[in-house]
Order: sequence, then structure tokens, then C-alpha cells
Amino acid sequence: MYTLAMDTSNQAMSVAVMHDTTLMAETTINHKKTHSEQLLPTIKTLLAAAELRPQQLDRIVVADGPGSYTGIRIAVTTAKTLAYTLQKTLVGVSSLAVLAAGVTGTKALIVPVMDARRQNVFAGGYQWIDDTLTNVIADAHLPLTQLLKEVQVLKQPVIFVGADVVKFAPDIRATLGAQAGFADALSAYPQARRLAVLGQHAKPVSVFDFVPRYLRLTEAESTWLQTHHDEGHEPYVEKV
Amino acid sequence: MSQAELILAFESSCDETSVAVIKNGNEILSNIIATQINSHKRFGGVVPEVASRHHVEQITTVVDMALKEAGVDYDQLDAVAVTYGPGLVGALLIGVTAAKAIAFAHDLPLIPINHMAGHIYAARFVKPLQYPLLALVVSGGHTELVYMPAAGEFEIIGDTRDDAAGEAYDKIGRVLNIPYPAGKEVDRLAHLGQDTFHFPRAMAASDDLDFSFSGLKSAFINTVHHADQIGEQLSREDLAASFQAAVVDVLVEKTLHALQAYPVAQLVVAGGVAANQGLREALTAALATSAPAVELIVPPLRLCGDNAAMIGACAHIELAKKHFADERLNADPGLNFAHA
Ligand SMILES: [Zn+2]
Repeated sequence: MYTLAMDTSNQAMSVAVMHDTTLMAETTINHKKTHSEQLLPTIKTLLAAAELRPQQLDRIVVADGPGSYTGIRIAVTTAKTLAYTLQKTLVGVSSLAVLAAGVTGTKALIVPVMDARRQNVFAGGYQWIDDTLTNVIADAHLPLTQLLKEVQVLKQPVIFVGADVVKFAPDIRATLGAQAGFADALSAYPQARRLAVLGQHAKPVSVFDFVPRYLRLTEAESTWLQTHHDEGHEPYVEKV
Repeated sequence: MSQAELILAFESSCDETSVAVIKNGNEILSNIIATQINSHKRFGGVVPEVASRHHVEQITTVVDMALKEAGVDYDQLDAVAVTYGPGLVGALLIGVTAAKAIAFAHDLPLIPINHMAGHIYAARFVKPLQYPLLALVVSGGHTELVYMPAAGEFEIIGDTRDDAAGEAYDKIGRVLNIPYPAGKEVDRLAHLGQDTFHFPRAMAASDDLDFSFSGLKSAFINTVHHADQIGEQLSREDLAASFQAAVVDVLVEKTLHALQAYPVAQLVVAGGVAANQGLREALTAALATSAPAVELIVPPLRLCGDNAAMIGACAHIELAKKHFADERLNADPGLNFAHA
């Protein structure tokens, strides 16, 4: 099975081409250039390096969020359109799971964290159980303090991972003390090869209905919902 | 080449996700438009993040419908075209990203299209265009007079200094409690009323070809607020008629000025506001008396708003010129024609 995997959820972009569990080619770029400009050129280069035509791919795996809204849309749109137009299997994997999968060789609870601003985070809890990365705390958008409380009551060792963890380290240490550990800085970058492997076991999704995992309504919608009901309305999008 | 030229075109610059298949630049095989108006109505205007989310949700479905309705397969296509600006960056990116993926997957040339050029080329579905020509492009985001010396060449000769005409409609619509987008309802009310308020015709006296609608908008709002304060009930029909008369007068007068400075055989009216009946009637009447030799071309209603068919028509010109982009193509939200 040939798998193409891509992650543009945050500043770093990672793309990989795998043959089953063998890595054929991978690129990670963490330099200020837009994902829109670099994602497809990178896919093209990697497929050429692996001597594969797009039609030879079997499965397209994408990190579908949470993360930067624009970022996840670039990868999700690319993946969903490629899968649709090439008639390939499409799979979405949590961007937090991708970060967690970079932390190996531990039985501890792995908590990937992304800054969601105003002391909120996108975070989830993962654990290696029988060599399979298992989601044990659902991905959510929540205040950092609430996340730390939820982790604290579990009374087990925790490893935090993600580019924004450094910023939150003082708060994490203050609440969790010795319970908290931190993955090394290089684990903060998503690795598409790990995403590809996670995606090989994930359930395929529809190339039509697939949307990013934003984990958060837009501000306009949450404000509107405070005074309105979201039921019985005309379809928000209509073919005319 | 005996075979027909087929272009798969994408448009996602604002709140419509649209994909079309266009034959030889002037025949629509399909033109699927998924509009988000019902969603943005909730907020009284287009919310960019909400628009981007709807585009991602719709994009592959719309492509699939366009190809199926046209009965066309990838190996029959000659190129993929896409709007890359101007517009909302997050919205543009969905069309650009999807178009790039399809062009790459099937090894097709990718043609980047300016949204405003697309609006003008909607006229190509009415009849062949003769150059040089003049275009009045009026929409929610733009009010421009564009001179085209030749196919695919655009120069701005008149531009709005503040609000676009369509924007002014939406703003005064809010004052009249008309849900977004207000243009159609204001147009309807205007036809039931009289120009009794005589709002200012901004810039009408000056010699340049630029527009301004903020003074008119303020005069309108002040009139309504003043009446509210003294408890007077104003006729909505007359307010709409007076507002529309002022907008249309300015658009018509500047267009006539432009026709004097730039002699052409055809005048194209394009963009969402080209759907406005008051503007169509006034321009037809003005041309009949002041410039009878100039032919007025207004696209059918469905092609005035944002749609991918117009992008495909414009791409036909760009394909002949081999103006292609590669996989690095990015959205350019501020893309503009050069000023003359
Ligand atoms: Zn437009």
C-alpha cells in the first residue's frame, strides 16, 4: 500500500510517502512560507523522489486538526481533492495524535498541546497500549487550567508535547509538579511518517463530506447561538 | 485542432463555491453554484471564517456535480482555471488549493484568473467581444470602470474612493431593516417609490472617472435618523427610490464621461450590481440618447453574481496566451488591475 501523508496544522509542514510501513520519502519544512505555496510542490517532489505517479497512491492521509484554521484547510482541501479526483482512500487523523505519536518508548500519558489563545489550548490525551497509540482523553478546546486539573486527578506520569508547551511550562509545573514531564524540543514538529502509519489503521472517510476538526465554532456562530436556535433553518449552503 | 477546448473552472473568492465546465470559451456545459447566503444572513454580512469553512465542506461535491452535469472526463480537459484574487484570502485558498490538486493529479495546465476579469468575461456568453471595449464592474466589493484595449488586457480608468456600490446598498439596507444582501429588495422598493429626497450625487461634477458613495450613504442615514428622532414616518419606497436614483445617476454619468474619453463599440456591465434593474434601465436609456452607437452588453442574471463560468470564459483567453501558473500558486486577496 502506497500512502501519502500530509500535515499543515501549524507552522511546520510535514509530508511523507510510505510503502506499507517503509518510509520512501519525507520532507519537513519549518520556515515562514505559506503552506499554500509549499504543500503541492513538496508532494510533487516527494512522489518524483519515490518514483511514483499520483495514480499509484492507494491512500491519502491528512492531519485534519485541530490547529491553525487556514493551515488545516490547506492540507484537508489538498487531501480531499486528491483522493476524490484520483479515486483513492481518504483518511483523517487528529493533528494532536500526530504529535503524540512522535513520543515513543513510554507508557506515560502523552498530552499534545497547541495554543488556542486567551489561556485556552487544543489538547488531548494519548497512550501507547499494546504498541498502538490510543486516545484516552478526547481532543478538545479548553482552558489550560481545566486541562491541568483533568490530568492531575489521573495521578499518573504525563509527558507534554508541542511547540507551545515551552510557553505553558511554568503553569504546568506549578499545578502538576513532578507528575509532569516534557518531550524534547524536536518532538514538537509533526512527522508525516508517523501520521502515515496512524492513517493506515484509521477508518476511511467520505471525500465529499470530510471537513477539518476545528474543535471550535467560529466567533460569529457562537455569538449568534447565544440568541438564536440552530434548528429548522433553511440549508446554509444551497446549490442554485 | 478539431476537438473542442474544455476548461474546468473554479471560483471561491467570497461566499459562492462554484465550478464550471466551459467549451471554447463561450459555451456553458455546467456551472454549479453553491451559495452560502442563508448562512451569512445570520450575521448581516459575509463572515470570512464561516465562508472558508463552507467552501471546504462543498468543494469536492461541487466539482463532481460540474463534471457529471457536463458529462466530461479528465482526459477531455485542456486546462484547469481558478480565481486567485481579489477576494477573501481564506475563501480564495480553497478554490486555488483544489484547482491545483486537480491540475497536478491529471497533469493539466493551471490558469490563474483575476476575479474582476472573470466578471467582465461573463459578457462573452452573450456575444463575441470587440476591442477596445469599456466595462463598468459593480459589485459588493468593487466599483470600477475598466478599459480593455485588447483581449485579456485591463486598465482601471475609474475606481471608487470609498465604498463600493454594492456595499452602500447593504449598509442602507441595514438602516431599512432589509436582510443581507439588500440589493435586490432595495431595487424592488425603488421601483415602487419616487426620488423625493434628492440625495447628493457625489463627484458628479468633477472631471475624473472616480466614484464615491460614502457621502450619499451618510446623507441617507442622517435623513432616516432625523425622521426617527422627530417621530416622522418616511416612505421606505421613496427612500429606496431616492438612494437608487443617486447611485444610478453617478454610475451612468461617469460611464458616459468614460465613453467620451475612450471611444469604444461595446460597453459591458458586470458584477453583482449589474443585476440591478434600475441600473440596466438607466444605462439603456442614457446610451440611446447620448451614445447610440455603443452596444450595451449585460450578462444574464445568473452570470452577474459570482460563478465559475465567467472564470472559464476568461481562462479561454489566457489559455491562448499560455499564461500558466505552477503548483506554487497562492491566493492574492489584493490583486488588482493596473491603473491607466
Ligand atoms: Zn464578484
